[in-house]
Amino acid sequence: MTQMTVNDAISAALAEEMRRDPSVLIFGEGVATKRRDLLGEFGPARVRNTPLAEGIVAGTAAGAAATGLRPVIDLLFAPFLCYAMDEIVNSAGKLRYVSGGQFKFPMVVLAMTGAGWGVGAQHNHNIESWFVHSPGLKVVMPSTPADFKGLLKAAIRDDNPVLVFADIALGYSAGEVPEDIDAIPLGQAALRRTGDDVTLVSYAKTVGTCLAAADRLAETGISADVLDLRSLKPLDEDAILRSVAKTGRLVVVHEASRLCGVGAEVAALVAEKAFTSLRAPVLRLTGPDAPAPASFPLEQAFVPQADAVVAAVQSLVHGALAA
Amino acid sequence: MTALPPVEALERMMLIRAYEETLVDLHGRGRAAGTCTAIGQEASAVGVVAALTPDDLILTNHRSAGHLLARGADPGRMLAEVQGKSGGYCGGKSGSLHISAKELGVVLTSTIVGGELALATGVGLSRSMQGGPGIVVCFFGDGAACEGRFHESLNLAAVWSLPILYVCENNQWQAFVHRKETMTADGVAGHAAAYGIDSAVVDGNDPLAVFEAATAAVAAIRRTGKPFLLEAMTYRLRGHFEPDDQSYVDPGELAHWRERDPVILLRRRLERDGLLDAAAAARMEESVRTRMEAAAAFAEASPYPAPEELTRDVYA
Repeated sequence: MTQMTVNDAISAALAEEMRRDPSVLIFGEGVATKRRDLLGEFGPARVRNTPLAEGIVAGTAAGAAATGLRPVIDLLFAPFLCYAMDEIVNSAGKLRYVSGGQFKFPMVVLAMTGAGWGVGAQHNHNIESWFVHSPGLKVVMPSTPADFKGLLKAAIRDDNPVLVFADIALGYSAGEVPEDIDAIPLGQAALRRTGDDVTLVSYAKTVGTCLAAADRLAETGISADVLDLRSLKPLDEDAILRSVAKTGRLVVVHEASRLCGVGAEVAALVAEKAFTSLRAPVLRLTGPDAPAPASFPLEQAFVPQADAVVAAVQSLVHGALAA
Repeated sequence: MTALPPVEALERMMLIRAYEETLVDLHGRGRAAGTCTAIGQEASAVGVVAALTPDDLILTNHRSAGHLLARGADPGRMLAEVQGKSGGYCGGKSGSLHISAKELGVVLTSTIVGGELALATGVGLSRSMQGGPGIVVCFFGDGAACEGRFHESLNLAAVWSLPILYVCENNQWQAFVHRKETMTADGVAGHAAAYGIDSAVVDGNDPLAVFEAATAAVAAIRRTGKPFLLEAMTYRLRGHFEPDDQSYVDPGELAHWRERDPVILLRRRLERDGLLDAAAAARMEESVRTRMEAAAAFAEASPYPAPEELTRDVYA
């Protein structure tokens, strides 16, 4: 077991996968400048800087992936993916199907998002659900260093395009990572805490928020399952349904905005497949329908906080919404 | 050693023409959706593709039938694809707009204008890193040269020294807009120098001139490992897609380019040079007609994809 930060876990996963498979390469804006260790070990052909042109970076990844390489690209911040939508959604996501299965696109897209840096809406936008909605793509958004390492390894080994979103607030957060951690299969959620009274489903920084809320709720005699989705597509539907079957109450918490967020998908899933288990309505605590602000107090207010989670659960258990 | 015997060039162009006319007919009878023909552009396709070896890879776009057929695609499997049948190159999943055929080295096709330009640098990077012998040919039109991706692609190909032959088939039309409305320059080749890329412009309606220019370009790329931009000046004789009454096209311009129909021009030249007599021409026409009849029959008989195909091959 080693203690390492999320950033270190990402670096370790990249290095290990590049050692394991010579067809893995990484490129993007500033990749060679910042990842000196990788550059030193693997050389300038496999670790490259690119021009500031997210579209061609993504297109190059898709074209290379279809013809024998396994590229990892760093597009830095999620909003910049808007420049690369055609390449990711229309090419990488669709051309396997459109070609009748002739090609596959084993590529990984890295990008950061989330409150914590105070730089505002064009660097912080949790757009993961756009890619969950698009065919042919997979999406992961881990919350712990161990999960970042294991899921990034899995993403690189996956023969499909995988978007790996990194919550910027978690970059320097540390955690235990098993020495020889292997790839964690996509599509498996992680139950971080068990309880009987409510299911808290979340991912990225708000997993910690839910755990903090669960601590406070435990003091009032309410116990919670805290399910860290970590993989948004494929989604671990069984884990969600198993937990709700046990607790009968669900609160989904995510930083991404409410409308058509992953929480909407989880809520619909549960309404459809666990209706008879529910003792209370499904609640979602999410970001607002607004661009992310730069000002610190507003940025913090954007993200659901532990108080709000506690209050929501209490309303389900004792309050107006209780059965 | 690549070669393009003139009579061979004519037969290939005639096959492409016959195929495209079959598509127009099929569309007219409600049997094919959304087709974009490249009638008038046959010489460019035949000339460039003849300069390639089997190791070379091709990326193309929605106006791709000529590229595929010149490369040896079976017109029956093409028609089947256009009609959404399972015997098509993409199992009917593509239709006409983004046909790729891995076995022919036509690796990626995107109908998003500029889409193939964004993918070409990736295919070039694979070639460059895996040390394969072939180069990468990326076909696109003058319309795509207005997309940002065109510039991003050329820039990156130059900076990373990727073995890409960019072939701009400047057919003067960008969907329903003439290129004179969308660009100040007379052509596209002038952009290349800004990226440090060599370029050439050729009469896109003369397949032998295109073959010669493409051969020189390919040789330069193989020798230097650097990209090259070849602009073939040609004309789109039919509309953007079927149906299209071309009411927005200047009749004088259309008449001028109809006089320069590449199939007619080559045929007249071969007859004048004594390389094609009436009997040989008739044999060629018959051969093309027979091939297209067989193609149409194959496509007609090919079944539609099974319902399970709806969600197959989304993920690897």
